[in-house]
Amino acid sequence: MKQAMTPEEIKEKKPYLDWSLSEKEYDYISEKLLHRLPNYTETGLYSAMWSEHCSYKKSKPVLRLFPNKNDRVLQGPGEGAGVVDIDDGQAVVFKAESHNHPSTVEPYQGAATGVGGILRDIFSMGARPIASLDSLHFGELSDAETRMKVDGVVRGIGDYGNCMGIPTVAGETTFDPCYKGNLLVNAMSVGLMDQKNQQEGNASGVGNAVMYVGAKTGRDGIHGATFASADFGSGNESQHSAVQVGDPFMEKLLMEACLELIQDHAEWLVGIQDMGAAGIVSSSAEMASEGNSGMDLDLDLVPQREPGMSAYEIMLSESQERMLLCVKKGHEEDVKKIFDYYDLEVVTIGRITEGHQYVLHHDGQVVCDIPVSTLTDDVLEVESEEKKPQRLIDAEKEANWVPEIDDVAVVYQELLTQPTIADKSWITRQYDSQVRTSTVVGPGSDAGVIRVRGTKKALSMTTDGNGRLVYLNPYVGGKIALVEAASNIIASGALPLAITDCLNYGDPTDPEIFWELHHSIEGMAEACRVFDTPVISGNVSLYNENNGSAIYPTPMVGMVGLIKDAKYVIPSRVQHAGDKLYLVGKTGDDYAGSELQKMMTGDIAGTLADFDLEHVHDYLSRLLQAEQSGLVASAHDLSEGGLAVAAAETVFKTELGLNADFRALDKKQFFSETPGRMLVSVAPENVAAFEEIMQDDAMPAGEVVATQWLEVHLANAELNLPVTQMQKLWEEALPCAMKSKD
Amino acid sequence: MKIAVIQFPGSNCDIDLYSALHDVCNADVEYVSHKATSLDGFDAVMLPGGFSYGDYLRAGAIARFANVMPAVIKLANEGKPVFGTCNGFQILTEAGLLPGALKKNDSQKFVCETVPLEVVNNNTLFTTQYQAHERIALPIAHGEGSYYADEKTLDELEANHQVVFRYASENPNGSLRNIAGIVNKRGNVLGMMPHPERAVEALLGSTDGLRLFKSLLENGTVKTEA
Repeated sequence: MKQAMTPEEIKEKKPYLDWSLSEKEYDYISEKLLHRLPNYTETGLYSAMWSEHCSYKKSKPVLRLFPNKNDRVLQGPGEGAGVVDIDDGQAVVFKAESHNHPSTVEPYQGAATGVGGILRDIFSMGARPIASLDSLHFGELSDAETRMKVDGVVRGIGDYGNCMGIPTVAGETTFDPCYKGNLLVNAMSVGLMDQKNQQEGNASGVGNAVMYVGAKTGRDGIHGATFASADFGSGNESQHSAVQVGDPFMEKLLMEACLELIQDHAEWLVGIQDMGAAGIVSSSAEMASEGNSGMDLDLDLVPQREPGMSAYEIMLSESQERMLLCVKKGHEEDVKKIFDYYDLEVVTIGRITEGHQYVLHHDGQVVCDIPVSTLTDDVLEVESEEKKPQRLIDAEKEANWVPEIDDVAVVYQELLTQPTIADKSWITRQYDSQVRTSTVVGPGSDAGVIRVRGTKKALSMTTDGNGRLVYLNPYVGGKIALVEAASNIIASGALPLAITDCLNYGDPTDPEIFWELHHSIEGMAEACRVFDTPVISGNVSLYNENNGSAIYPTPMVGMVGLIKDAKYVIPSRVQHAGDKLYLVGKTGDDYAGSELQKMMTGDIAGTLADFDLEHVHDYLSRLLQAEQSGLVASAHDLSEGGLAVAAAETVFKTELGLNADFRALDKKQFFSETPGRMLVSVAPENVAAFEEIMQDDAMPAGEVVATQWLEVHLANAELNLPVTQMQKLWEEALPCAMKSKD
Repeated sequence: MKIAVIQFPGSNCDIDLYSALHDVCNADVEYVSHKATSLDGFDAVMLPGGFSYGDYLRAGAIARFANVMPAVIKLANEGKPVFGTCNGFQILTEAGLLPGALKKNDSQKFVCETVPLEVVNNNTLFTTQYQAHERIALPIAHGEGSYYADEKTLDELEANHQVVFRYASENPNGSLRNIAGIVNKRGNVLGMMPHPERAVEALLGSTDGLRLFKSLLENGTVKTEA
């Protein structure tokens, strides 16, 4: 048996190196923290708790650059999820989490348990999840294995969310070769609660019970946290044992039981935390640390799915659908009754003790006796070297690529069939987007919108990440990621409130990659300050590499906005013939990293132009003011494919067309991807008031017409294309690519 | 008219049905646990959508054995209205209150979208406020919605005017004869895959489902007493 390895043998044979604990860390733990050699179980606990996934030891110094407070923030990073005040004693609770490594190895279960994990983070805060979102990045669909992974990930997200009864209302999916061997699955969940129900992961009060609820513990997912903190090389792809298996039915029961306990019997509860990465050890140690308590657990009492599990396996198992509670002494039976109704496991596995020791008993022996803080607070922060990537230095010496457009119509139609641009209904149809009957705007718009029952309010939500742009300029790309999310939220008529993020990068021990992390965070943080959208939660996913080749640095921004009156939810599609079109924001020659560049040259390259954040914020704020005054009929953010794609999307799935006057732009600018722009339509009677508010920042651009034609006037080209035919190309591209037999 | 909305473990459209009835129709409605053994005092019962018992084995296959089901069957046999949508429809077929079965969609994929339907029979407890052969649009959201029955049963359903809703455009799941919803012979038990409860508020995009509940509220008490 593995525990047979003595502390001395551990010191000598260094098994911890395979668990991603360094020799320096091991020595620090034994010499400075414990003043003795840690035993097998203890070494395993340290390796999990000191992993990047649990400790953020490498990313912490740069994560501090993010603003995380404003008047509305009730809970910032550090708990299960962030909490923001939305008035009337209510709060929105949200967080995003990556599940890249598990989804790469086992797409279906990896994606499913990604959704399951983020939902637990939300309801452990006391909030009922009301919507899910995702951000998915795959390799190219010409690759059969990628198609299999797309299918698995989408089914995984759908099966879990659909069964839980949480609508999936928005998201994004992109395709680039760099994600082929390491795809990205970022899941975000949004919950709603009364502020009085807010919980925390706290365990305190000597004698209080530590209760285990939910599913049994098995051998699945052991060392998932350290697995997530190591890169893929040849061989690691078959690490199936580190991937957990989800059961959404069990989670649905767990959610109902936890919410019943929190909403109806909060007085019995001291704290609650999801058993996520690193299972029982992370939840219990973090709760004890938060409560400044000691904790004594008897592992023989933990409900187990299979016999003969070691203490190490029990503590590190990442079996899904489990939750840890700290319950006031004397209320154990009351709590048991609630969970019994749902046929869930519910067992008191330990107590809060005096002092600060973390003590574990197993098979009649003490298998761990260490200070709590050594697991949670004493982690050695790692100072990382950083260096500006050579490719950026080289790119600065080169002139940027400028497209040569011959036939605009041909380029336009081809662009609409690019998988990143094409209609994503093939994916979103597999998600229940309407369950709970509160979805005002579902998938396929700039942002999903959910009404808040019993009030006039609605919440707008989006996920945005553009690895291509961050790859070409981490700082500017970071700013654009935030502006893109804010534009989506504002397009829907909402005030941006705050963000969550998933920071997906390569191996941070590579100085160039750490530089990317650092500078993209700086860009995002600056934009967060300008838009007053603090970072309230999130996660970091490093080591996204395959055989030494990193993904594009891909920070994903998940943003939530507030709409005070749901009657002013702004659709992204045009509404009435005769409405006037406006292009908000200035268009430059921005082709580096564009969909057009990728399509025409097969790759992305070049440098990004910086832009004036304050100015973008200023006019987008005025646009929001116009929307809230009922002056705007539709608004659609410009992103991949620029104005060309946005113009098409505003008329697709309507009975209308456009007579668009873009004579201020030439034909290549039709495809430019200058950030911070919006295509807006305004009813004729509101034109004067709208122009008064927007001034020079909205350029009149023609009108909506009753015929399904897209008539576009550019400085050096004229287009007149049938909408139905273009829509068909756009709709059929993805299902067609998925059906390929190559 | 007092209506019960049954909550099975894994039901997740229970709130949708409840809100449609309570908030939009001002009906007298209560949640009832799957553990209840009596529905005395209720005039109608509704089985919501969702994934009762995780769809383990087969959608609806375990729910039919829930404690509350004998009471549901008793109420149906008394001629009182019973309505099941989505997973509720699956449970009604599993319980034998409606003929046929729901198979996996032909595509083998879950499908969520709004689809056009034809109201085939507007002379049921649930459909009098629709026009005969009216086209409406209702959301669907299911993975196992392909209605199946043998030819003889299908012919009987047609002959008895038991087909209430048919998919009017593309068939989204491969159901035989484009069937989207049926009633029992007596006409008091309706099962359908589409979700009328998701189409009762203009804010959410459609009100085409509202008249189903209004029909029931108007007819329910009258006809059951007759």
